[in-house]
Amino acid sequence: MSVLDLLRRRFRKREVGTRYRTFLQLLHVDLFLLITLLLVILFGFFILYSAGNEHIKIIIHQIMHILGALLVMLLLAQIPPWIYERWSPGFYAFSLITLLAVLIMGKMSLGAQRWLSLGIIRFQPSELMKLAIPMLLAWFFANRELPPKMKDIGTALLIIFIPAAITMKEPDLGSAIILIASGGCILLLAGLSWRLILSIIGLVIIATPFLWHFMHGYQKQRILTFLNPERDPLGAGYHIIQSKIAIGSGGFLGKGWLQGTQSHLHFLPEHTTDFIFAVSGEEFGFIGCTALLILYLIIVGRCLSIALKAQNTYTRLLAGSLGFLFFISVFINMGMVIGLLPVVGLPLPLVSYGGTSMITILASFGILMSIHGHKNLL
Amino acid sequence: MFKYKTSIILKNQIKELLLFKHRLLAVIIIIIILSSWLIARMFYLQVIQHSYYTTLSKQNAIGLLPLPPARGLIYDRNGVLLARNIPVYSLMVIPDKVSNLTKELIQIQKIIPLSAAELQVFHRQIKQHLDFQEVPLKLKLSAKQVAEFAVENYRFPGFEVKAELIRQYPFKKMFSHVIGYVGRINAAELNQVNLSNYAETNYYGKTGIENYYETTLHGNVGYQRVETDASGQIVRILKTIPSVAGSNIYLTIDSKLQAATQAAMQGYNGAAIVIQPKTGQVLAMVSLPVFNPNQFVKGISSKAYAKLLNDPNRPLYNRATHGLYAIGSTIKPFIGLEALATGTVTPAYQIYDPGWYKIPGSTHVFHDWQKGGHGIVNLHKAIMVSCDTFFYTVAYNLGITPIDHVLTEFGFGQLTGINFPNELAGTVPSPAYKRQVTGQSWYTGDTVNTVIGQGYYQATVIQLANAAAALANRGVRYRPTLLYAIQPVGKSLILQPKQSLPRADITDKQIWYEIISAMQDVIKQGTAYNFGPTPYTVAAKTGTAQVRNNPNQVTTGLTKNELSNSIFIAFAPVKKPQIAVAVIIEHSPHTAVKVARQIMDYYLITENHWHPKANSSPSNTTTKTS
Repeated sequence: MSVLDLLRRRFRKREVGTRYRTFLQLLHVDLFLLITLLLVILFGFFILYSAGNEHIKIIIHQIMHILGALLVMLLLAQIPPWIYERWSPGFYAFSLITLLAVLIMGKMSLGAQRWLSLGIIRFQPSELMKLAIPMLLAWFFANRELPPKMKDIGTALLIIFIPAAITMKEPDLGSAIILIASGGCILLLAGLSWRLILSIIGLVIIATPFLWHFMHGYQKQRILTFLNPERDPLGAGYHIIQSKIAIGSGGFLGKGWLQGTQSHLHFLPEHTTDFIFAVSGEEFGFIGCTALLILYLIIVGRCLSIALKAQNTYTRLLAGSLGFLFFISVFINMGMVIGLLPVVGLPLPLVSYGGTSMITILASFGILMSIHGHKNLL
Repeated sequence: MFKYKTSIILKNQIKELLLFKHRLLAVIIIIIILSSWLIARMFYLQVIQHSYYTTLSKQNAIGLLPLPPARGLIYDRNGVLLARNIPVYSLMVIPDKVSNLTKELIQIQKIIPLSAAELQVFHRQIKQHLDFQEVPLKLKLSAKQVAEFAVENYRFPGFEVKAELIRQYPFKKMFSHVIGYVGRINAAELNQVNLSNYAETNYYGKTGIENYYETTLHGNVGYQRVETDASGQIVRILKTIPSVAGSNIYLTIDSKLQAATQAAMQGYNGAAIVIQPKTGQVLAMVSLPVFNPNQFVKGISSKAYAKLLNDPNRPLYNRATHGLYAIGSTIKPFIGLEALATGTVTPAYQIYDPGWYKIPGSTHVFHDWQKGGHGIVNLHKAIMVSCDTFFYTVAYNLGITPIDHVLTEFGFGQLTGINFPNELAGTVPSPAYKRQVTGQSWYTGDTVNTVIGQGYYQATVIQLANAAAALANRGVRYRPTLLYAIQPVGKSLILQPKQSLPRADITDKQIWYEIISAMQDVIKQGTAYNFGPTPYTVAAKTGTAQVRNNPNQVTTGLTKNELSNSIFIAFAPVKKPQIAVAVIIEHSPHTAVKVARQIMDYYLITENHWHPKANSSPSNTTTKTS
């Protein structure tokens, strides 16, 4: 399937189609999703400008990240869903190989290794996996009877836990959790029986001590500190204590933009990346935090509505899981910053400084737009 | 085949869509629950616990930076600066902020070399301070060291160079006992002061005027409310409440007279106090030997301190207010006054002095200081030649009660109330005192011993000087004072009024004339003949006291004669006294007289306080400062 072929197909459609199509629709861009995404990104610029101590440079860098990610989104929106479906196993295999490559290279260089460097392009295979797992599972379940049978569930769990285990070995607990969550989303949407879901949750609880054994020292620290931050107020507990101070001192209306002392005076660590939500909590208060959460929920709602309108099982499952995964990412980050969840290194989608996560997130929206924009007229 | 497969999938899709819709609903419910959880938590943190976290946030960012006040300066009565503040750069350490003190101390020495003594003082001071308090590591950094440290500062968290004002005494040893010195404040002193006012103060008056007027000299601390970042660096100043410098103090001391007094006594151990009789102002107060107070400001090394402590001449010991001495025959004018006032003797009363005295009905012999005696002696001659036998008789006739009365009246056995720390009261022996101390009853022999200034009788030099001033004033007494004026910062001098003490009962001018004229003859033809002829009139009395069991004086290696202290009181001019002097020189008979002569000559002649021609015009001594 060449690009020329694609263009020809679209051209034909336009000739045949009776509906009027806007330019954006021609580009398969969902205006509603685009505007809400840009609103969150804009909100993010304000927070990032303050969190980055009012350096315009950080905003310029972030704009570059976002422009790149938007381009990826736009490109991915052009690819029709059936191509995604066809290439899902291949993409998964590619992601798994690169993930293994990173692990082996990491072993060789005796240190943590999350990056794979291909010439000038560096990327994290675990980021690819965040898309590859939902895609492969959606493909897997689309070709099987639903609700899934026990054998299929076993296969699905393997599909999820092999890359998750490798990612955890890297070690990148945050990404591993996201990988498991992404698989979990599909399983939930695919109709995994509630009894099984409950028993898996029970199994996880039983397996916790076992899991504990496999955790790295710093990961254990994080969980211990999460349970009691005052255990180590100047060490591992420092992040969460300072974060809660930032959020709590913001109050209902916040201290005002650029007025946050916790971030401006460097009490709050990682205030441009994982803990950026604390900056918004300090400066924009409860109102600002709630508004941001509602914006996210609107995006999630749109994703779920795309899933509902999707025309086949593959797109339905993929769109639904990507939307739910987006929410889970937001929830884990916010929950971590406000002290509901242990500190796992995960950015706040669309707001935290950094290019990698931005590309993954907007790529998933590109796929969603593709699903929404390529509907066969029945 | 293809068609068949499609039909199966199509058949299932209706069921699957329904299942998917159900599951989507479940997802929405999960999202709503989790979002509500987030919002509830944010509400809890941001609304319910808002004030708690606001406090924590402010504790993080807002600091109160105390601004130490500049210590008040000390001047003499003529405005000569005696204690000043000079800026120095010191390397300070906050132990709390240093991760590995031992290691850092080795590292810092590559930039700023430290001597073993400095390290020793530092380690001692660390123990005296709380962990979050600054401890000086090296004082008086050179400009080069300050610059070099500034470059490397980031490597040494908890170390900082601090500019501060430290006390300096330009006259060095001259005022070591009067002004005293300040030193690094210690934990015990911090317990006594208002901690917030001393938040940034490193020095505290340890002795002398520095100690007595600590509150006046210290001033009030100021504060800066500052915003600090996570590393403790000040980001901006929110509000400044400036500190109020301590008041300047003008002493009654005349620094030139002080220098002359010290020069006159050079080479001896002892004390001399010069008082202006009409005001009670102390013009000079010297205790020898002296030490350099500046070394205490810097933080004296334990070796140097041990040397001062173990010096047999005890330079740290202030003989002027802490030294308890037997005053010997200088007691006699006071006894004479009482004897005349009570009518026990008359000016015409005479005895024959064979050189010894026996209490009637007793066999114990009390010797006169002169073997062979003074022959026929009346009161005038008894004072002039310091006849012991005459006073033994007087004592026998008077009894101890009037003797105690007159001594107490002239301020012995009680604190003079001088504005100076740790003054001692001395003892006027009474039967009650003896019973309390020894458990024995009072014998007439004790009375006889008392009137020659021996026995249980003990006095300080300041008591003796103030008693001499009372003689000069014919019984009118003032509280001795070292404080001439206080000058609050930015204001004019507040002159300190003289403070009266109850005057001595004896008002009969004839009695005073008798005693004072006898004291004048002490100089002319009596025991102080070595005082020499003077252009001004002088009334005086000598004394010699045996040193017995006085732990404060050095007695080893001295002959019996050398064991005696020479004591001398005098005032001049006799009619309108400008000056009253008390001198005690340890282990050197007769020296006190010569010392007093030099002091009086300096004050009255060199400093021109004696106005023979304008005798009737009012004196202007007190208005000299301007």
